[in-house]
Amino acid sequence: MSTNDARDELRRVVRQFLERRSTESDVRRLMEDEAGYDPAVWTTMADQLGLQAMAIPEELGGAGFGYQELCVVFEEMGRALLPSPFFATVGLAATALLECGDQEAMKRHLPAIASGELVATLAVGEERGGWDESAVDMRAQPSGSGWTLSGVKRFVPDAHVSGLLLVVARTAEGLSLFAVDPHSAGCRVEVELTLDLTRKLSRVRLDATPAVLVGRAGQAWDGVRRALRFAAVALACEQVGGARRVLDMTLDHVTVRHQFGRPVGSFQAVKHKLADMLVDIESARSAAYDAARAVAERDADVELAASVAKAVCSDTYTRAAATAIQLHGGIGFTWEHAAQLYYKRAKSSEFLLGTPGHHRDLVGRALGI
Amino acid sequence: MTAELDLVVTTTEDLLRSHPPARTPRRDFLAAQFDAGLAWVHFPVGSGGLGVAPPLQREVTLRLADAGAPDGAEFNRLGYSMGAPTLAAWGTRAQQERYLRPLFVGDERWCQLFSEPGAGSDLAGLSTRAVRDGDAWVVNGQKVWSSLATISQVGMLIARTDPEQPKHRGLTYFLVDMDAPGVEVRPLRQLTGEAEFNEVYLTDVRVPDSARVGEVSDGWRVAMTTLMEERVLFNRERTERTPADLALELYRTRPDPGPELRTRMIDLWVRARVQRLNSRRAAANRTAGIPGPEGSIGKLVYAELNQDALELCLDLLGDESMLYDSYEMSAYTEESLTRRAEQDVRRLFLRSRAYSIEGGTSEIMRNILAERVLGLPPEPRTDKNVPFSRIPRG
Ligand SMILES: Cc1cc2nc3c(=O)[nH]c(=O)nc-3n(C[C@H](O)[C@H](O)[C@H](O)COP(=O)(O)OP(=O)(O)OC[C@H]3O[C@@H](n4cnc5c(N)ncnc54)[C@H](O)[C@@H]3O)c2cc1C
Repeated sequence: MSTNDARDELRRVVRQFLERRSTESDVRRLMEDEAGYDPAVWTTMADQLGLQAMAIPEELGGAGFGYQELCVVFEEMGRALLPSPFFATVGLAATALLECGDQEAMKRHLPAIASGELVATLAVGEERGGWDESAVDMRAQPSGSGWTLSGVKRFVPDAHVSGLLLVVARTAEGLSLFAVDPHSAGCRVEVELTLDLTRKLSRVRLDATPAVLVGRAGQAWDGVRRALRFAAVALACEQVGGARRVLDMTLDHVTVRHQFGRPVGSFQAVKHKLADMLVDIESARSAAYDAARAVAERDADVELAASVAKAVCSDTYTRAAATAIQLHGGIGFTWEHAAQLYYKRAKSSEFLLGTPGHHRDLVGRALGI
Repeated sequence: MTAELDLVVTTTEDLLRSHPPARTPRRDFLAAQFDAGLAWVHFPVGSGGLGVAPPLQREVTLRLADAGAPDGAEFNRLGYSMGAPTLAAWGTRAQQERYLRPLFVGDERWCQLFSEPGAGSDLAGLSTRAVRDGDAWVVNGQKVWSSLATISQVGMLIARTDPEQPKHRGLTYFLVDMDAPGVEVRPLRQLTGEAEFNEVYLTDVRVPDSARVGEVSDGWRVAMTTLMEERVLFNRERTERTPADLALELYRTRPDPGPELRTRMIDLWVRARVQRLNSRRAAANRTAGIPGPEGSIGKLVYAELNQDALELCLDLLGDESMLYDSYEMSAYTEESLTRRAEQDVRRLFLRSRAYSIEGGTSEIMRNILAERVLGLPPEPRTDKNVPFSRIPRG
């Protein structure tokens, strides 16, 4: 089988699974659920589909596939709007562990992530918001043979169900990464009310909480930054999946809905909007796929590709979801209709891991302008 | 004009002197304003007006706002801005006497029962039926997206009285008592979480013929007045803070917004200013009572400008935009109207998606401008000159 055939097959399997296990009514039920995800689905994803293990190297309990395969999975999850700590665990935490190159930490946590036993996340931003170095004020203090952390992290995806928090904090040497067990003393995880109810974000308060250093003190940012960029590529693929889904939904609606004695999709004003949406989404897809390839191949300019993808896919998704509401008319503005779920996911994922404006700024810097 | 201006200004000053806003209860002030002819200055004397040019209302509104007087429109936008002008244009003297004063002083709130599940953009395709029975009409059908219907006493209704005529011709306009037997209002939850709009089921509702506005089967023309006024309403000059004002406030609280946000902020501020000038010029040009299809310019600009402004607000708010205040399903109450002004920007942002749908979609506004203002040939239509009963409906 060629690589492309294999990816198509993977897509088919994942889509079929999610069409059964993440229907709109499942999504709505989980929006109201405290955990916010279905543990049975999580387990099936690990045991039968091996999704958590996919991009983790074989020697660490993974399946050793590349990032492009993983991105197919993210795209399908975005399409199905799957409420799951998969993005936090696989997209953020596993990637951060891999990029920080601490063999011991990888051996301790990655097999458990691969097998689906461990849900984990990465905590970067704080009260000010933002996803770069300057967002981090949290201090780490040496304590006996280990460390303690104090401070507040914000907008941490799925921290409320995580068994492992990877936390970025400052030591005398500079930015460092720590592993925190959320059950330890002084750690409080508070779920916030989110615009997008399908992905929960938490405020994590640490008060002299014991933490284990991952990698070398003061040396974490290169790895964390790469992990954030790679995760942004995963998010971009999610955005493409969601954007295409709202296009499909809208095509169905404008074909069936009649006004003035004809389908509203027969009006050129409507057709042109949908055609623009298609152009947008195909362009976004090109940017996302290229970035996934760049991660897989460790391109020299992979971070540039990631920022291009995050900026373009964020804009595309929000625009597509807004247009979907528009072309549905009044019904698109209701709670009962699915368009709003995608719109909120789109708007919120614009901010997650840096806004399109932030990523365009990074592109500008890469260009030296 | 100067004589009219003098009249308006002195009458307003007299009102403020005889009824100091700080010491006058809301309803008393509004009643005195109505009786002085300062509710809608262009309406006839005795109907809340002075019979002067419509743009002069602005002189009243600004002076009263400055003096801290209550705003009669505030809690009854649809009645004040759409219902009243419709009655002024088409209502009988008796109807004007019956409805205008209660509408203005806040005794009766109005809602609009136009859209139906099968008739939104194509409003004339509606199928709610009204059948004559003695000196009354019996109405059956379903309306949808009816804003504020839970807290309204009067509904502006269009219904089909003659299905054998082409679709625009067999319609009649009524005012329905929302408390009448057979009127059932069911709140519909919106993507913001709250239920501002509703489904309204009409089952054998008896509407007296005296509540019919305009001639039988001439309801489309009456409804056009309501719709034209609705479009102008969106574009009215506002005394409250606009989304562009909110964006500028947020901008000023941000330590280092960077060049991209700065450029967007300035661009938006310029657009907001031009929009204000545009609506002011349109209002000043409005010598006739009823606005024309150019009203669609303001509606279109309003929708797109304010959607962009609220988008910018979220970008200025930063990561906090990923949070929300409450999605709890709440029915619309009197209180919701008051709360509206101080809503969270994230709620306003979600609400803004409706700006380009309610009151006619932006696509329909562009069609109107292209066809009715610019005179371009319309798209081919097969549903126009055949009896409504013979139009296939999907
Ligand atoms: C918040 C809110 C409040 C509202 N309040 C009221 C109210 O109080 N009373 C009331 O009566 N109604 C109310 N409405 C209804 C509103 O007027 C309709 O939703 C609107 O006219 C569109 O109709 P529709 O929803 O049936 O969409 P449709 O007409 O089905 O339109 C679907 C899409 O097709 C497009 N389309 C349709 N025809 C054409 C065409 N000829 N050319 C190009 N594009 C076209 C539309 O622009 C839209 O994008 C409200 C709506 C909202 C969202």
